[in-house]
Amino acid sequence: MKFPMKWAVSLHRQFAASILKFQQPNFTRLRLSRGLSSKAKPPVTMGAKKENSDDEMDEKVKKYLRGDAANLEGVKDKKLKGQLAVREDLYGKSAKTAAKIEKWLLPSEGGYLEAEGIEKTWRIKQESIAREVDILSSRNQYDIVLPELGPYTLDFTSNGRYMAAAGRKGHLAIVDMKTLNLIKEIQVRETVRDVAYLHNELFFAAAQKKYPYIYNREGTELHCLKEHGPVLRLQFLKNHFLLASINKFGQLRYQDVTMGEMIGNFRTGLGRTDVMQVNPFNGVVALGHSSGTVTMWKPTSSVPLVKMLCHPGPVSSLAFHPNGHLMATSGRENKIKIWDLRKFEVIQTLPCHAKTLNFSQKGLLAAGTGSFIQILADFSGSQNYSSYMTHSMAKGYQVGKVLFRPYEDILGIGHSMGWSSILIPGSGEPNFDSWVANPFETSKQRREKEVHSLLDKLPPETIMLDPTKVGTVRVPQKKEKPTKKDIEAEMEAAIETAKGTEFKKKTKGRNKPSKRATKRREMIDKAKRPFLEQQTQERETSRKKQKTNPETEMPKSLQRFVRQKAT
Amino acid sequence: MKVKVISRSTDEFTRERSQDLQRVFRNFDPSLRSQEKAVEYVRALNAAKLDKIFARPFIGAMDGHRDSIKCMAKNPNYLKAIFSGSDDGDIRLWDMASRRTVCQFPGHQGAVQGLTVSTDGSILVSCGSDCTVRLWNVSDANLADSDNLSDNSAKPQAVYVWKNAFRAVDHQWDGDLFATAGAQVDIWNHNRSQPVNTFDWGSDTTISIRFNPGEPNILATSANDRSITLYDLRMSSPARKVIMRTKTNSIAWNPMEPMNFTAANEDCNCYSYDARKLEEAKCVHKDHVSAVMDIDFSPTGREFVTGSYDRTVRIFQYNGGHSREIYHTKRMQRVFCVKYSCDASYVISGSDDTNLRLWKAKASEQLGVVLPRERKKHEYLEAVKNRYKHLPEVKRIVRHRHLPKPVYKAANLRRTMIEAERRKEQRRKAHSAPGSIVTEPVRKRRIIKEVE
Repeated sequence: MKFPMKWAVSLHRQFAASILKFQQPNFTRLRLSRGLSSKAKPPVTMGAKKENSDDEMDEKVKKYLRGDAANLEGVKDKKLKGQLAVREDLYGKSAKTAAKIEKWLLPSEGGYLEAEGIEKTWRIKQESIAREVDILSSRNQYDIVLPELGPYTLDFTSNGRYMAAAGRKGHLAIVDMKTLNLIKEIQVRETVRDVAYLHNELFFAAAQKKYPYIYNREGTELHCLKEHGPVLRLQFLKNHFLLASINKFGQLRYQDVTMGEMIGNFRTGLGRTDVMQVNPFNGVVALGHSSGTVTMWKPTSSVPLVKMLCHPGPVSSLAFHPNGHLMATSGRENKIKIWDLRKFEVIQTLPCHAKTLNFSQKGLLAAGTGSFIQILADFSGSQNYSSYMTHSMAKGYQVGKVLFRPYEDILGIGHSMGWSSILIPGSGEPNFDSWVANPFETSKQRREKEVHSLLDKLPPETIMLDPTKVGTVRVPQKKEKPTKKDIEAEMEAAIETAKGTEFKKKTKGRNKPSKRATKRREMIDKAKRPFLEQQTQERETSRKKQKTNPETEMPKSLQRFVRQKAT
Repeated sequence: MKVKVISRSTDEFTRERSQDLQRVFRNFDPSLRSQEKAVEYVRALNAAKLDKIFARPFIGAMDGHRDSIKCMAKNPNYLKAIFSGSDDGDIRLWDMASRRTVCQFPGHQGAVQGLTVSTDGSILVSCGSDCTVRLWNVSDANLADSDNLSDNSAKPQAVYVWKNAFRAVDHQWDGDLFATAGAQVDIWNHNRSQPVNTFDWGSDTTISIRFNPGEPNILATSANDRSITLYDLRMSSPARKVIMRTKTNSIAWNPMEPMNFTAANEDCNCYSYDARKLEEAKCVHKDHVSAVMDIDFSPTGREFVTGSYDRTVRIFQYNGGHSREIYHTKRMQRVFCVKYSCDASYVISGSDDTNLRLWKAKASEQLGVVLPRERKKHEYLEAVKNRYKHLPEVKRIVRHRHLPKPVYKAANLRRTMIEAERRKEQRRKAHSAPGSIVTEPVRKRRIIKEVE
């Protein structure tokens, strides 16, 4: 039975909600009919509909509860138990209210693309889409051709309003995407490899030939970050105000852009790489290396958190799903692998070549290679990606970077002849939160937001693989034996403190430099002594162990034949 | 083909006129926000630090008395007023907002030992070491009249002379009887010049007395023989008595849970009891380092304030062990009386240095009219701070209070002594037959016995 999607959405919300799965508008009619038959058979009785809406509300409530309720059985303290029970009740109520708000009070609805008859969504061209949508949206579909200034990369601000485009031959441009107005363009006369916006549209960083530079909205150069060296990729961690960069020598650097402090400087040891992405969920930086490994880093440790072998050849690109659990990697062997980051296992392997990958806010995956872009979507929310849309550009265009625009159904493509923008219905989050990112921000709101986000700036120690662990009880780990490196580090630390101790300045001829030097040497020896003793003890015990071992191995009757080693 | 793309029209999402408020849209989806817990933690840390920055609890001192202040009384009908009586017989009525004396009530020849106001706010009863009980008329009309003339003195409505010096007085919450404590407990009526009834149990002086807010005929007294006695006026004989190891200086009933009362003891602790079950204290509040002189409950029933001989004023939670707040000043000497104001926002302390001091109950509270947005922000910061106050960095900031050096040293000394005792007890237990040595909980330990 034909049940037109548009009608379903504009009908009384309850009916629509019972037929559609929440938050996932069905893209193809095929899927919709399957959904109909499994959930509600028309004509639908009120009771069945109510059940479906209850199920749906339950799922929404579960999302807002952010995890399971606490288990209060084990709590023996009655007062504490009572207090916790009241709290849990309150959480349940607030989750229910949030679910109701999501159902009834959100102003916008998501986009969708639904193919009719025998047509498939991946054959639908951008021109046919442009004919069907309103004029304002069709304005967002364009190709900007700038052939002389090299392949372009793009970056959007977090509210999707402004875009910074950088051409390799030194062209930097800032565009206001709402009015499609060019705010500023400058020519830096140097290779520009990457561009990244900082916390708002006023500042952006460009990775130029020798060092990265930070520019103003007016195009004024504000800072030259000499310490970073020749940077290949830049990424900005929003919550922490950290600018992460990977340079030609494979060195990863984190710099705090509020005070200019260099937080971390690590040698990855895995060579030159230009595949770098930030996981927006937990703030870890992932690098893809030419050996096929993906390493994940945090600013407070010089060894990577995770090192996983993803592809037999070099990793060509990397992308993170906004929920933080999915990662897409692509290698030279024409495969895209979708990883579950909780178990570090491959969920799906897709036979698709991708030089660049990007996830949208709604979980659509864009893969670009050559002059061809493929959009993959998981229709039922089951993380089973299949082809949704495709787009081929003119033959000479080599896609350099694909980037979804936040809060819009638009995909920005940076290619060798400039940049383009195409419409991908259903990719953006339709309802924004003004306190998180506001596409209609005024300058006053922007200033206030800057101050508030600076007050809420997270220290770099909060970056961890599981960000929900903050505030939880740390399980006491079994004390492991300190490794050799640890012991050496401790010894060095002790020596440093010994070196740094200040001596009382003696008078009356007792302050000879030779005496001071001997005293200093004594202090350092005293600091070293416990470690050296420990080492000798360990050596003795290991020697003793070696001695006794062969004896105990032989049976008693043969022990007299054991060769006694000359001591 | 059916297609729809997100398209937002600017008029829907921006304001119409410049005099309108900016439009705010909310989406509570957790996937839009990352690292929520870390952000909350940083906010809790900042909230704790801001709290400390804005913590200025001392409002002002009320200067005027010429001798140490021994007792205070609040007028339940008039929020701004407080009565105070000092050791030279001077009773004053203060206006807390302007911190000035409104009216003086001269007359007592010796120290004023007790002050109380009747529940309808019309009569002030004062008793002193000169064996007299004086009744003063302090209805609103009178006070308004006397406002016009500064430093006015009033004449007592009645003076009753009796046999012994009095130590404390309290008025019934619902009725026109008041009780005085001295060599014995006397029950008086406003109009009779002799006590209506007398209670005597034990041979020692009664030093404090309090009527129960819920049950108008029950009163609690504490005596010099280290006992707390509960009397029932209807029974004309004392009801129950509990004898502790040290003397109780003052008692206060919880106005929200009238069966519970808290006793301020000479051994630096406050003991909360359930009046129906006196064999064991409900809770022991330990934090003072010297005798606790006075105690008063907040009208919310959730907190109480204590003043102690160690020159500090502390605010405790009604069911907790340690104090939430401590107030001290270099100029404030031994605190003899404290009162919690009737709107639960202020604490008044009367001390040895002849001054009454006015403090905020919540040290970093913003006084005055608070806009709804400000109030919501304060509530949010309070909630997020309470959620993370167990984490070490936040806990360190929230708990930190500057103590005067003598108090700090005395507290350390007490701690060492108590630790030493406890360790010895543990070792004795460990080296004797299991079960032969039984440790009593602190709530029971300080009680010697209960007598009917």
